[in-house]
Amino acid sequence: MHALLSLLSGLVFGFGLILSGMTQPGKVIGFLDFSLLFTGGWQWDLAGVMGGALVTHGLLRLLIIKRPAPLLGGAFPSFSSVLDRRLLLGAALFGLGWGAAGVCPGPALVTAATGAPQALLFVAAMVAGVYAQPLLEGALTRQGRS
Amino acid sequence: MFGAMTPIIGGALIGGAASLLLLTHGKVAGISGIFGGLLKGEAVSWRLPFIIGLLLSAPIALFTLSDGGALFANTAPRSTLITVIAGLLVGFGTQLGNGCTSGHGVCGLARGSSRSLAATVAFMSTGAAMAYVTQHLLPH
Repeated sequence: MHALLSLLSGLVFGFGLILSGMTQPGKVIGFLDFSLLFTGGWQWDLAGVMGGALVTHGLLRLLIIKRPAPLLGGAFPSFSSVLDRRLLLGAALFGLGWGAAGVCPGPALVTAATGAPQALLFVAAMVAGVYAQPLLEGALTRQGRS
Repeated sequence: MFGAMTPIIGGALIGGAASLLLLTHGKVAGISGIFGGLLKGEAVSWRLPFIIGLLLSAPIALFTLSDGGALFANTAPRSTLITVIAGLLVGFGTQLGNGCTSGHGVCGLARGSSRSLAATVAFMSTGAAMAYVTQHLLPH
């Protein structure tokens, strides 16, 4: 049951990405490239997706956290409030990759599941980036201390 | 499928999915966190089924939706070099920054997190800049 409910969440999430057109990188670039507001062809879709997701989850969340615990047990998450350079640098770097390709982790995985070559390549590079992060960060931190 | 409302409805599905995961497992539907954690072998019992479900949405959509193929159209073709660099940046950056568009942009903002707001502003800014640079200034 635990696994099935988790699978269902992933499935609906993926469907939402596909239906909303977020698996078309052109739509993402069409939003992020704000010069299109002036030259024409700007695509609002991503804003619509984020808005729809924010309103839905924002409202439902308020009801959900009234419960003492999640349905399957455990506890609701607690969060760090540390707003540091690491967070901002990471977000900035992520944004560079996202803007260059018009792809972020969710759509990358979903599109890769169709066997699309560019998506598969992106995911492979993404995996490498994930594994590289603790190694690089560790090396840079050690360098900073010496 | 739903005309102009399609992005909003798709977004509502994403928000609904995040809500379902929170309700049932008490977890955040941030794809970079789930996938990154899975790659590192952490809490696989809920992460693996989620990613499997995420991946399954593709063949199911192709099978059930009449314009399924069009929904996956590569409308921003990129060179191998740019694709690899972009993927590396996304993989690295999301781990360093503890989140992505779903983790910070949806879940974080939904709970009013100032951390996530800062992160979202950061990646939206560099995303916008890089989208312009790649589309108009670089051979891509």
